[in-house]
Amino acid sequence: MAKTQVSFKLNGQDVDVLVEPRELLIHVLREQLQLTGSHIGCETSHCGACTVDINGKSIKSCTMLAVQAQGAEVMTVEGLAAGGELHPLQQAFMDEHGLQCGFCTPGMLMRGYRFLQENPAPSEEDIRMGMAGNLCRCTGYQNIVKSIQTAAAALQAGAAGQKAE
Amino acid sequence: MIPPAFEYHAPGSIDDAVALLSQYGDEAKILAGGHSLLPMMKLRFAEPEHLVDINNIDSLKGISEENGTIVIGAMTSENELIASSLLQEKCPLLPEAARQIADPQVRNRGTIGGDIAHGDPGNDHPALMLALDARFTLVGANGSREVAAQDFFLGTFYTALEADEILTEIRIAAQPAGTGASYQKLKRKTGDYATAAAAAVITMAGDTCQSVRISLTNLGATALRATAAETVLTGQKITEDLINQAAAKAMEICDPSEDLRGDAEYKTQMGGEMTRRAIREAVQRAGGN
Repeated sequence: MAKTQVSFKLNGQDVDVLVEPRELLIHVLREQLQLTGSHIGCETSHCGACTVDINGKSIKSCTMLAVQAQGAEVMTVEGLAAGGELHPLQQAFMDEHGLQCGFCTPGMLMRGYRFLQENPAPSEEDIRMGMAGNLCRCTGYQNIVKSIQTAAAALQAGAAGQKAE
Repeated sequence: MIPPAFEYHAPGSIDDAVALLSQYGDEAKILAGGHSLLPMMKLRFAEPEHLVDINNIDSLKGISEENGTIVIGAMTSENELIASSLLQEKCPLLPEAARQIADPQVRNRGTIGGDIAHGDPGNDHPALMLALDARFTLVGANGSREVAAQDFFLGTFYTALEADEILTEIRIAAQPAGTGASYQKLKRKTGDYATAAAAAVITMAGDTCQSVRISLTNLGATALRATAAETVLTGQKITEDLINQAAAKAMEICDPSEDLRGDAEYKTQMGGEMTRRAIREAVQRAGGN
């Protein structure tokens, strides 16, 4: 099968890949680009472990063709930490025990990252609705919700601090 | 799971897309949000030779108002329906129902047009379209035509769309004053199809039901319009007794298939209950009792 060249921005870097049209974005991210942070859970768009950010929206990369990423800005969990510092959301998941086995965590982080931009000061119900596309079989969600709340507060404090400067 | 091989096309205009569909006929499938088609392709339930991706056609996106009629581009995503202030004001049923579809990530990709054109009786928009008396614009090699939702859903995965046609827009006429609507969906969990769901759109004049449209999701081979249930209510003062009679009429047309969500009898009973709830809430929202 003829391969197609696809160019997009991945965590701020330009990338070019040759893909078959039938290749899903998650496969290209993991196998060609060696970014194995995004996980394959159900591969049927239910579990959310493959969630990445595309052009400022959360999507499930198991249900999008890699060719459809042409020209897009893609961000994966590898793009969250900056300069050796964990993103406040990652720190919050550590502090609040927002993970046990960790399999769902990359998807939780990527959805949480976008969700907190859509709704910087969410209620608990907002969080449960906003994170409804990500399944976790370990935590019972309680600590994930807490992690998002803690991150929301940290990000708000950070934003307020920046304004004060 | 990787879909079978296909040739990928990403036309930039409706004309180009129609030309591709005319050329490849039954060998081509349109790729909208992909959240029904790609999973079907992974399972080899669908093996199109040509995939015509219409995500790059900007004219298929957006929500506007033309002389009181709401016009929704077929490639408008579920999250765009939820965010639309025009719909919130003029047709709140759609954002309310869209919130009950799938999950935030899927709603970023899933489109109203894809949901309708797929012809799946488990999808939510078909019943909503019946209840809202929507009309669909279909564009093909021979030009454009309009089909009422009532005449569009012919069977499971079978619609009035010809192989060379694209559903381009959904048109919903303005609702008269005193109209209320509700969509009641029973589902087991986020992301599941409805076990049973009902939509009701009711126009009240004082405490009398002037007109009503009731429809059902996932209770037959297509979305169903419950006309006999509508007849029970039309021209009447709405009472609890009448609501029960209407629900009984709605249950008469239910013919659900048994699956993990329940057996036919349970689903039919739930169809009745969703109908009762939808009528009650629509009447309340219409400003009736």
